[in-house]
Amino acid sequence: MNRVVAVVPAWNEAGAIGRVVDGIRAFDPELDVVVVDDASTDETAEVARAHGATVLRLPFNVGIGGAVQTGFRYALASGYDRAVRLDGDGQHDPAELPKLLAPIESGEADLVIGSRFVDASGSYRPPFARRMGIRMFARLVSLLGGQRVTDTTSGFIALDRVGIELFAREYPHDYPEVEATLVALRSGLRLAQVQVEMRERESGVSSITFVRSLYYMVKVMLALLVASLRRYPRLEGARR
Amino acid sequence: MTPLRVSIVGVVASLLLILVVLELIRGRRLKERYALLWLATGAVLLVLSAWRGGLNTIAGWVGVSTYPPAVLFAVATLFILVVLLHYSTVISKLTDENVDLAQRVALLEEQVGRLEAGASEPLERAD
Repeated sequence: MNRVVAVVPAWNEAGAIGRVVDGIRAFDPELDVVVVDDASTDETAEVARAHGATVLRLPFNVGIGGAVQTGFRYALASGYDRAVRLDGDGQHDPAELPKLLAPIESGEADLVIGSRFVDASGSYRPPFARRMGIRMFARLVSLLGGQRVTDTTSGFIALDRVGIELFAREYPHDYPEVEATLVALRSGLRLAQVQVEMRERESGVSSITFVRSLYYMVKVMLALLVASLRRYPRLEGARR
Repeated sequence: MTPLRVSIVGVVASLLLILVVLELIRGRRLKERYALLWLATGAVLLVLSAWRGGLNTIAGWVGVSTYPPAVLFAVATLFILVVLLHYSTVISKLTDENVDLAQRVALLEEQVGRLEAGASEPLERAD
């Protein structure tokens, strides 16, 4: 039996984190839930612990990527075979986890992205500017990574042991998803994508505000450019 | 030709820079590692200020014919840019190391909590 850990990054999500942890545990009581508290100023850590999650508490805010990586490092050190990542705001539905893990269980993939745009069945219709941004990054990563990727900004992913090892070692600290996808492809991970639905946020506000989106675009573009110039060692066990 | 007064001010300013840097090292407020670039800046500016013929020759090489001290400003600016760029790399490294430490602290704290919780149980069972 393979051990699976759910990594849930959370920053000031006391209002939602209890339900998120409950949702995951209700879906599969065997799943270990690790909430990475990115130095919240509210009761996120206490609430998560009260709901039965293991809590990793960062001493200061390191950003979403650094928080997620903490979870992957935990997964690596604790010997988990698979890791899934769900956001702490409740937008990722634990009921989709079997779909997300299926390509890993069947040995087809090392990294599975829960994509909102695999086929037209998805109901997610972001505002125009965001849709263009998501599409542009998807095109760029597809081009640079040599495989068609439909949703590079999704935080709903599953990893096997090889993927855990890669992301525990190498994961961008802020706005990580797009760059991490390219790093995974260039490191030889096999990528699969499954169609998922994402819920509207239950509480809190998205970390990507209008003012930050310009920094986001420029930073990610630069990171992609540099990542495509860098050499990544092919991973032991990566079969692509 | 460089005006004599410019050369004198240049020598005094570069000597002052070197002295301030040395004093900061002596007081352990600046590590040698980060002082080297500043000392190099001071030394180069000192040489270019004191060696008036040399400054004129270099100005001729780079095509500055009207006012040789402009080369002094250009060299000073170049060195300041190098120092700043060097600091940017230092900050980047510190940021990465800082995040790494934060992650380790989070992992270790969880481990300590688990060990403490576990340590009390076997004791009770031993009774």
